[in-house]
Amino acid sequence: MWRYIGRKLFVYLLTFIVAVTINWMIPRFMPGDPVQSMLSRAQVSDPEALEAMTSYYENLFGLNAPLYEQYLNFWAGLLRGDLGISVMRYPEPVTDIILGAVPYTLALLLPAILLSWVVGNRFGAFAARSKILDNTVLPVGYILTATPYMWLALLLAWSLGIVAGIFPASGGYSFSLRPEFSWLFISDLISHWFLPFLSMFLVALGGWAIGMRNMIIYELEADYANYLQALGAPRKLIRRYAFRNAMLPQITGLAVQLGTIIAGSLLTEIVFNYPGLGSLILDSLNNRDFFLLQGVFLFVVVGVLIANFIIDIVYVLIDPRTRVQMTGGSS
Amino acid sequence: MKSLRLPAALAALAIAATACSGGGGEEGGGTGQYPRAETLYTTGTAWSAPTSWNPMMRGGYAVGTIGLVYESLFHYDPVTGEYVHWLAESDEWVSDTVHEITLREGITWTDGEPLVADDVVTTLELGKIDGVSYSNVWNYVESVEATDERTVTVTFSESRPQEWMNWAYSNPILPAHIWGDMEETAVTDSANENPVGTGPYVYESHADDRMIWERNDDWWGVEALDMDMDARYIVDIVNASNEVTMGMLNQNEVDLSNNFLPGIDQVLNSNENVTSFYDGPPYMKSANTAWLVPNTTRAPLDDVEFRQALAHAINITEIVEGPYANLVEPANPTGLLPEWDAYIDQELVAEEGFRYDADEAVGLLEEAGYLDEDGDGFVETPDGEPIELTLEVPSGWTDWMEAARLIAEHAQEVGINITAEFPDEALLRDHRNSGEFDLVINNERQLSNTPWTYYDYLFQMPVQEQQTTVNFHRYESEEAWDLTEQLAAVPVDDVEAAAEITSKLQEIQLAELPAIPLWYNGLWAQSTNTNWTNWPSEHEDTPNSAPTLWNGWMEQGGITTLAEIEPVE
Repeated sequence: MWRYIGRKLFVYLLTFIVAVTINWMIPRFMPGDPVQSMLSRAQVSDPEALEAMTSYYENLFGLNAPLYEQYLNFWAGLLRGDLGISVMRYPEPVTDIILGAVPYTLALLLPAILLSWVVGNRFGAFAARSKILDNTVLPVGYILTATPYMWLALLLAWSLGIVAGIFPASGGYSFSLRPEFSWLFISDLISHWFLPFLSMFLVALGGWAIGMRNMIIYELEADYANYLQALGAPRKLIRRYAFRNAMLPQITGLAVQLGTIIAGSLLTEIVFNYPGLGSLILDSLNNRDFFLLQGVFLFVVVGVLIANFIIDIVYVLIDPRTRVQMTGGSS
Repeated sequence: MKSLRLPAALAALAIAATACSGGGGEEGGGTGQYPRAETLYTTGTAWSAPTSWNPMMRGGYAVGTIGLVYESLFHYDPVTGEYVHWLAESDEWVSDTVHEITLREGITWTDGEPLVADDVVTTLELGKIDGVSYSNVWNYVESVEATDERTVTVTFSESRPQEWMNWAYSNPILPAHIWGDMEETAVTDSANENPVGTGPYVYESHADDRMIWERNDDWWGVEALDMDMDARYIVDIVNASNEVTMGMLNQNEVDLSNNFLPGIDQVLNSNENVTSFYDGPPYMKSANTAWLVPNTTRAPLDDVEFRQALAHAINITEIVEGPYANLVEPANPTGLLPEWDAYIDQELVAEEGFRYDADEAVGLLEEAGYLDEDGDGFVETPDGEPIELTLEVPSGWTDWMEAARLIAEHAQEVGINITAEFPDEALLRDHRNSGEFDLVINNERQLSNTPWTYYDYLFQMPVQEQQTTVNFHRYESEEAWDLTEQLAAVPVDDVEAAAEITSKLQEIQLAELPAIPLWYNGLWAQSTNTNWTNWPSEHEDTPNSAPTLWNGWMEQGGITTLAEIEPVE
């Protein structure tokens, strides 16, 4: 078991290093110079002052060092939790900006992923039982899962937000409120959260429901199910066994899908102008803010890696076969 | 449904965590809601989250820091063309090179200290620091002294009243007791989280997508200027997409939007609640001129005849009526804004000014030897070199992109091969500043107290390796720059003397066309009348001031607008 975890950890560490390196490289190969854009915002025309400021900022952002040194400095800063200073929101540190946005993204992602997975699986399993449900759930599920996140988000924002006016279609909370721990504020927060959550939830839901429905049908035709049936076991019991077996590929699916879902959440945030990491990525791209951009990507990469790791561990816990394999036993 | 409990609990936890992290200990008293009747919602000024309130950090501070919090000695009213005494109670030119300014009595900083002459002295002295944007005042200011508690005497080594007054109304005075002993890097680089100013508003709170100002009830202007700010809170919303802003306007969630919104003319015509300055086209006042900037160091754009031909080739009416749907007006050939009418030499313009005339453009090209010898439909240089020019505008600026496409089309019709390109804005800026371009469109100079700012933009010398603010076209003419410097030296109230010089400048500009004026960009302002009314408009019974809170416009009527608007009962 520990060897398994150790091996997994090693692979994750390797992935992390590669991801961080790519992440560091991409902004540096993009056109445009962040210091130049800061200076032109400052409207300084005096050449001497310009030169002095250029070297001051290059020094501040560490851009005057040779590339390999910048790379090493980046790692050193990373280990101290220091991701540098944002150009767009100068002089705010990147870490602070990201920490301000992460709660919003997590509040969308966690419930959307977990709820859609749980509800989707239940629903899919349920649908596999009845002909009528199967005939309706299947096409709806296909449509949902094939819908791009952004498109569904736009539809929801337009229908429920603008036309019906039930939910606000943009922002994190109303412009008329001060952030505080009161019922008014929290209910406002939830009403702003609902539409982005719903659009992510719905898209993911379809996929899980279809997957589960197919798995259940497959499992019900497996030998053990037939055997149980022949023994005269109650249908309910057979279905429970089928469900448990069908869960396993769904968990693997979750690990595989995680990246797509996170990418989708970034797009959803942009559509709803929701103040999470997705909106930050868009803003920092528009403003050539390398440091913020690489910080956000880093956060996303780390998030995906951690989530995958957790799923790996969960998998070991719920599937006895992997456990047996790891301990070297033969069944 | 037992297994649902955990995710539900997690969701609740996550939401609670969001709530806590958002509530960074703001101690706003009373209920957590800004009362609608006392709150003004604005948008269109800020492009990213507010992170700095340091007025020395040009382009980096939250819009409103200068104007709402920090105030300048004078304001300038572009409608009447007059300076308004602001922090200054009176001023007198003792001689050509000595300006004596007396401050108002009884003005206090929000920390309780009085405003004194020393504050003005310190503010000017700060200009000696590298990186302070107005360091160039020290090119012509010799010394600045506090003669007594409230009197400042500024002595000039070179008399440039137009330039000086431009400084005096567009730069805020800072408190000496705070900024005097600050370290140099802190002056230009600190976020200045607790701005201490003299102005009508103070910092209330901010979030990533908003900046909230609260009224300063002890503001001196209430008594001295008889200005009442009815809006207790100003919530300035960071620009979102055009669709979001449009939706908010339609639902009365925003009171004033200072953005160009494509298709706003339809809203203005159909929704009575949404109004702009003029009832009909162009709907908005003019704010600045969009210029077609040629790189005059590159062939064939270094040839006056070629630039003239190009200017005659552009059908500006098609651009104004097409992509802009008449929301802007074609520019005068001099490029000067309508407010500067007195400085335009109309006779000269009638005689020498260019206008759209494709045949004339073809004629000019032929005369100068630009002919299509190889029959590809485009002219070559007199030496037979093919001409291929690109016109760059920032990607995503949809109105400019459309305009650039049309300009390229018009040029191609007379045989000039121009193609429109849409690089990223930052890249374009690099190209523009370093002179690595053929043609760009630029509108960075705004309406101001004097056309000197425009001629400074057109003719400033010397041309440096990096041209970051002016003369992107890299045009060099000693004569024109001399005249521009003379213009800076004209006493501020002597319009006639100034007009004489501008007439000479226009002669050069119209003959040489260092840059080609295209259209006047609007002072974009659309307001809703459900909660706030009495917005500036062309009507008699409403104020005439600039309906905008843009950076740099607070001193040109923005504050007046804030004082004039009234809540709807």
